[in-house]
Amino acid sequence: MATFFGEVLSVYSRAVEEDDDDLDDENEDERIHREIEEKREVHIVWCPEVAQSLEDSGSNTLQCSDLIIAVGTNAAGFLSAYVLNTESWDAVGHVSLWNERSRGSSRQSIAPLPGEPACLFYRHRDNPAVLVCQSTCYIAEDQLFQWTEKVLGCLQKRGLSVMVLSDSPVAEYKTPDYLYGSAVPFLRSLKSSASKGQALCPALEQPNILTGLPAAVLSHCQVHQIPAVLYQCYTDVISPDSITMETYKPALLCLSKLVKLEPCLSADVLRKFAIITEAQSNLYT
Amino acid sequence: MMFVAAECTPTSFKDFTLIMPAISVGNVGQLAVDLIVSTLNMCRVGYIHTDCLIPMVGNNPYATFAENANDLSTNAEVYSSPELRLAVLQIRTPIIQTKSKKLCKLMVSWIKASGFSRTVVLSSSHAYQRDDQQLLGSPLRYLQTPSMQKVTGDRLKEMEWKEMETVSTFPGVTDSEQRLYIPGGGATKGLFTDSCAEDIPLVVVLIFCSEGDNIPDAFTLLNHLNTWLHLVDAPVSATAQTQPKWRIPASWRLLFGSGIPPALF
Repeated sequence: MATFFGEVLSVYSRAVEEDDDDLDDENEDERIHREIEEKREVHIVWCPEVAQSLEDSGSNTLQCSDLIIAVGTNAAGFLSAYVLNTESWDAVGHVSLWNERSRGSSRQSIAPLPGEPACLFYRHRDNPAVLVCQSTCYIAEDQLFQWTEKVLGCLQKRGLSVMVLSDSPVAEYKTPDYLYGSAVPFLRSLKSSASKGQALCPALEQPNILTGLPAAVLSHCQVHQIPAVLYQCYTDVISPDSITMETYKPALLCLSKLVKLEPCLSADVLRKFAIITEAQSNLYT
Repeated sequence: MMFVAAECTPTSFKDFTLIMPAISVGNVGQLAVDLIVSTLNMCRVGYIHTDCLIPMVGNNPYATFAENANDLSTNAEVYSSPELRLAVLQIRTPIIQTKSKKLCKLMVSWIKASGFSRTVVLSSSHAYQRDDQQLLGSPLRYLQTPSMQKVTGDRLKEMEWKEMETVSTFPGVTDSEQRLYIPGGGATKGLFTDSCAEDIPLVVVLIFCSEGDNIPDAFTLLNHLNTWLHLVDAPVSATAQTQPKWRIPASWRLLFGSGIPPALF
């Protein structure tokens, strides 16, 4: 595209360019593509007890009645504060993957350190059919399908229900009327066709859509007729924030039917999970 | 197998016509498919569940009343109209960069296994890449596989449709080989060449366009297709034949962003 001043700007096009690789050396390219694919594979690392249960099951699946997935720091913070804060949860596994946004040059085999972006699994001690997953790391577009197939593939479909809590910037929410500050943060829901219960907040209106891990999980549940509900929290704060975390409270109604929850929390507890932005990021020091 | 039926009862597509979009410049094919599904009130019969497309979900894009507004929709779905013996595939997200070839192969093998009598791919190509001849006249073009040629014969030529021109493999060199070139067409060329190789009756209908508000391009492409397939009857008035009425779906609202904050002005 040429501008008035004669400079040529490259225009962003939504189309995917035609692949002109008829002329390339296919063998070498294939080897490189295979190596990259292996490097980007998604692996689930379970603790020994769960790995044993999977092996003993015969079908390599776990019996699970409820899977709760938190995507994003606020959703994860909410679960940490309201659900995982009792002593009744065991860490049972994590997802090991590598992509361009990961630290290091290859997939790590060791468990992630506390505070690092990660995908962690917890199981309730008194009710081992309830699994929680906190996902705070970036999962690339080409890894989303694999993540979903591998995680949900470990669980028996029968009797399974899925709940997803997910953060999103309010800038991505499309509405004809401008949203004033007091309206934010807010929740919207999406349900798979197999989910018969009532959602606890308004449904996500057209033309809004979801992408990323929540979309991959919900698509899988829709296609495989698994009851699933998603609560999307639109917020104008990018860092973890206690007010945003509190917005997920309606989900407690469903969660309290599964496990014993902390009845009420002090503001201090929530603030502990909201990380204060470090001064080290100041340009001028 | 990547096609998953929506209901328990299996769907048969034997001898149906399949219309599908290519993810191409201006997303014209996808817009046109939206108009077809919306206007003909087509029923969703299945999903294409594949790792080749970026995942996406949303509520029913073709919702007409409150009851059906909250049906979850995914990134690739198949709709059907048994009375018209028509199936439509809608793809709503881009193909993952390294998976274009794989998706073409999967699509071709699904088309073959389903027994579609003919497949129509709606696509588009960069308008700025046209040569001097293409700048004149209609921006619409078609391509058909040899198997399709056997089915339709010269029907499309008789309707004065223009076949997509080939380009010289080495421009400027005389007598150089001609090849098919569809810039901005995404996987169109891949689908077409794979269909030729697999003897699939497939026709590509495309329009030259640029990125922008591509709704008029979608209407132009669809009205052109309609002159052949007669999906919707065009109302005939006393004075002149008008274009058919297509229904714009609910999902086309706010295509260029949300409402503007009043304080901006």
